[in-house]
Amino acid sequence: MLLYILKRIVYVTPVALGVSIFCFLLVHLAPGDPLTAIMPVDATAAQQAEMRAAYGFDKPLPIQYGIWLWKVFHGDLGNSIATGRPVLSEVSRAVGNSFILASVATLIGFTFGTFFGFVAGYFRDSVLDKIASAVAVLGVSVPHYWLGIVMVIIFSATLGWLPPTGAGPDGSGNWRPDPEHLRYIILPAITMSVIPMGIISRTVRALVADILAQEFVQALRAKGLSEWGVFKHVVTNAAPTALAVMGLQLGYLLGGSILIETVFAWPGTGFLLNAAIFQRDLPLLQGTILVLAMFFVMLNLVVDVLQTTLDPRIQRG
Amino acid sequence: MSAIVDARIALPKIKASRGYWASVGHRLMRDPVAMVALAIILLIVLAAIFAPFVAPADPFRGSMLRRLKPIGFPGYPLGADELGRDMLTRLIYGGRLSLFIGVMPVLLAFCIGSGIGVFAGYVGGRINTVVMRVIDVFFAFPSVLLAIALSGALGAGILNSIVSLTIVFIPQIARVSEAVTTQIRTRDYVEAARVSGASAFTIVRVHVLGNVLGPVFVYATSLISVSMILASGLSFLGLGVKPPEPEWGLMLNTLRTAIYTQPLVAALPGAMIFITSISFNLFSDGLRSAMEVKQ
Amino acid sequence: MNVIVDTMKPVDDVDRGGEATALLSVRGLIKHFGSSNGLLARTRTVVRAVDGVDFDVMKGETLGIVGESGCGKSTTARLIMQIIKPDLGEILFDGEKVGSTALGLNDFRKQTQMVFQDSYASLNPRLTVEDTIAFGPRVHGLPRKAAVERAHDLLHRVGLEPSRFAGRYPHEISGGQRQRINIARGLALEPRLLILDEAVSALDKSVEAQVLNLLLDLKDEFGLTYIFISHDLNVVRFMSDRVMVMYLGKVAEVGPSESIFTKPRHPYTEALLASMPSMDPDHRTEEAPITGDPPNPINPPPGCRFHTRCKFTATLCANAEPALHDVGGEHLAACHLANPESGHPRLSLA
Repeated sequence: MLLYILKRIVYVTPVALGVSIFCFLLVHLAPGDPLTAIMPVDATAAQQAEMRAAYGFDKPLPIQYGIWLWKVFHGDLGNSIATGRPVLSEVSRAVGNSFILASVATLIGFTFGTFFGFVAGYFRDSVLDKIASAVAVLGVSVPHYWLGIVMVIIFSATLGWLPPTGAGPDGSGNWRPDPEHLRYIILPAITMSVIPMGIISRTVRALVADILAQEFVQALRAKGLSEWGVFKHVVTNAAPTALAVMGLQLGYLLGGSILIETVFAWPGTGFLLNAAIFQRDLPLLQGTILVLAMFFVMLNLVVDVLQTTLDPRIQRG
Repeated sequence: MSAIVDARIALPKIKASRGYWASVGHRLMRDPVAMVALAIILLIVLAAIFAPFVAPADPFRGSMLRRLKPIGFPGYPLGADELGRDMLTRLIYGGRLSLFIGVMPVLLAFCIGSGIGVFAGYVGGRINTVVMRVIDVFFAFPSVLLAIALSGALGAGILNSIVSLTIVFIPQIARVSEAVTTQIRTRDYVEAARVSGASAFTIVRVHVLGNVLGPVFVYATSLISVSMILASGLSFLGLGVKPPEPEWGLMLNTLRTAIYTQPLVAALPGAMIFITSISFNLFSDGLRSAMEVKQ
Repeated sequence: MNVIVDTMKPVDDVDRGGEATALLSVRGLIKHFGSSNGLLARTRTVVRAVDGVDFDVMKGETLGIVGESGCGKSTTARLIMQIIKPDLGEILFDGEKVGSTALGLNDFRKQTQMVFQDSYASLNPRLTVEDTIAFGPRVHGLPRKAAVERAHDLLHRVGLEPSRFAGRYPHEISGGQRQRINIARGLALEPRLLILDEAVSALDKSVEAQVLNLLLDLKDEFGLTYIFISHDLNVVRFMSDRVMVMYLGKVAEVGPSESIFTKPRHPYTEALLASMPSMDPDHRTEEAPITGDPPNPINPPPGCRFHTRCKFTATLCANAEPALHDVGGEHLAACHLANPESGHPRLSLA
């Protein structure tokens, strides 16, 4: 088992490296000199040269990458151009909020998704199945940012039950799990949960239908196992993949939260990304993307190992 | 003797065999959901193409007096937006850009991605490993993040949006193409083709492509709905189309402030994205079912 | 009466080597498949699929190759066809080395073809029957019209009426018909040697009989030479003039068909024959003739490969690998018992 974990880590390392190279190059993809974002427009050539040397932009690309990577390993992701604060601290603050939102959304999505999926899979091709599947398709096809707006329209603008934006009564602060802040997370979390709900529902449906059709289940029934017993069997067989999908959905939500966070002004990494893009705050952009991507890579690894622990047949080569 | 000969002549003519795609199409036509979805798609596409003939007004002409009028207001069947422009017209014209930015990346990614995937899948060995690992790097990013990262770096604009979305979808299509090609490559009829001495190029052209592109195409159609949502999302964030161009995502953004005064009007562009996206999804599902029954 | 254009020419005028030269000569064929155990492995596991095989196929005969799964017979077929590249060994076709200037790979391909086992994957589901058969000739330069004509002719010869079958797709025909099309495809390039790899294994018995008879007819009609690979001993006996028995990548015994089936000299062949369920209630198959698990080709036993399962095994067998020894009548067996000078203890008892 340990060997398998080591093998997976070895397998993932070049990917992680590739991700870091991509993030590094991102800044250089941007049109124009990265320097122009930092310097005032009327800087003299000498000042520009000085800044360039200070930031290391005059060195060849591979060396710049090396220096950047070295700094990253030491926790130095540079400073935000807009605020001047270290990128790492900005990102860590935001990651917490995003993580909370994504987790709650994933939980909601997973709960309802598995429910719909089980119903659909158990009662395959019945009316229940069609309804559950329809809900799942809806979940996957709806533009979630639009759904957010619709939710705000219904529950904030029209009914006035829930606040439209922000994470807390004091504006965009940090979210804390106390009664005051609870109202603020409801709309964004529900909105966010729709896509994972759709995907998990489809996956679970396919899994359940597949397992039920397998011969060993028929053999169990023939031996007289009660429906509850069969149900437990289905759960244990479906669990590894279902959990894996849930884990991956959590990662997707974290990485893709920018749209919902924009709609709800939720102070997370997505919101940060938004700000970084519009202020052309390249160090912040780069740092945030790097952290999110790395998190996703690690999450994939954890999910992979957990899945294999639960079901050793799944081992990847 | 003559009885036998006569019997032979009397045999009914065997009707010509249906080709593969013809039978898929036949099955598809029996699927009501897919047909309805297709009808909706065609409706939206045709309206977009013939916008100047179908739309009642000028999409750019606004009126400060008639800002934010509700649905059903005289002269504005679906209301007016924040600058007094007719919503129905804006939505019809908006379809052009939204569909274009949504479909184009998938089309481009299909061409490029399947090329990469078939090549890697057929060649196999080390080259395959290297290519697929590079693709894995892109899979390390959630699609939305990748799209935004690329757009953010490249800057706003239609072309940049198409480029970044194409890059997002190439790895996905490449991976599917490679998997299918690897499967097909080991089939007996491919071996038989090799045994007859055909060149790799000929084998791919005659035997592999025909069997690979089908499933890959269906997968690509399932990506269109995602692409439309992402493309509109980019515009919603201000990374895509710039005002005053009509585009559903952008319209959703500019109408945000109107949710308190004209919520229904503000929700309309998103509804269009939703309807189009779900129609593509349902059609793609139907296509997949129609193709699955065979073999 | 339809006049079928005779587009296939008889093969005699292509004979270059003469009567005495073997049509196919295989010497020292070796193929090992390596698989590394991941990045952290120190050793590579090697599958010794084919480990030194020699045989000849004379013109106009049918050589049957039998053996259990994993013995290397399918790999041998693919090595001959050059679909897989041999690690070592020489293949001569009608006296000329394959791949040399005298006989290029393309020319060789035109003269040697293969018929695969019928499976749903033996025909391209997207091509019509006539396109599948016409593919080979078109690759070699025949214009489309002529290639299709030849395809129709072949369909007729394998017993499928072109007007009914030429335009059909694989999913519209039955297993037996598919196999006839496989055969027609194999004949499309007018080969002299046809390798039939488990060509009837997937068919129902009644269909199998029809296809076997078809193969015999075609062989006479076109003057073909066959290599017939199968695990079904009865079928091999029916079809073959000579039989070669393979075990774990090596030749165990080879000789005239009747000789092998009535007087086998290798314990493995004996065991194979004895394991066929008996149809005669007076001579029931009592005991399992072979004991032990079939070893896998990754770690073949030292010495004689069969010694771990052989009931005549002696220390000699574990130490020295027996070579093919002539036991008379062109019958060779790779067993120490077949060689009076080997020093096997049982020989002195006789």
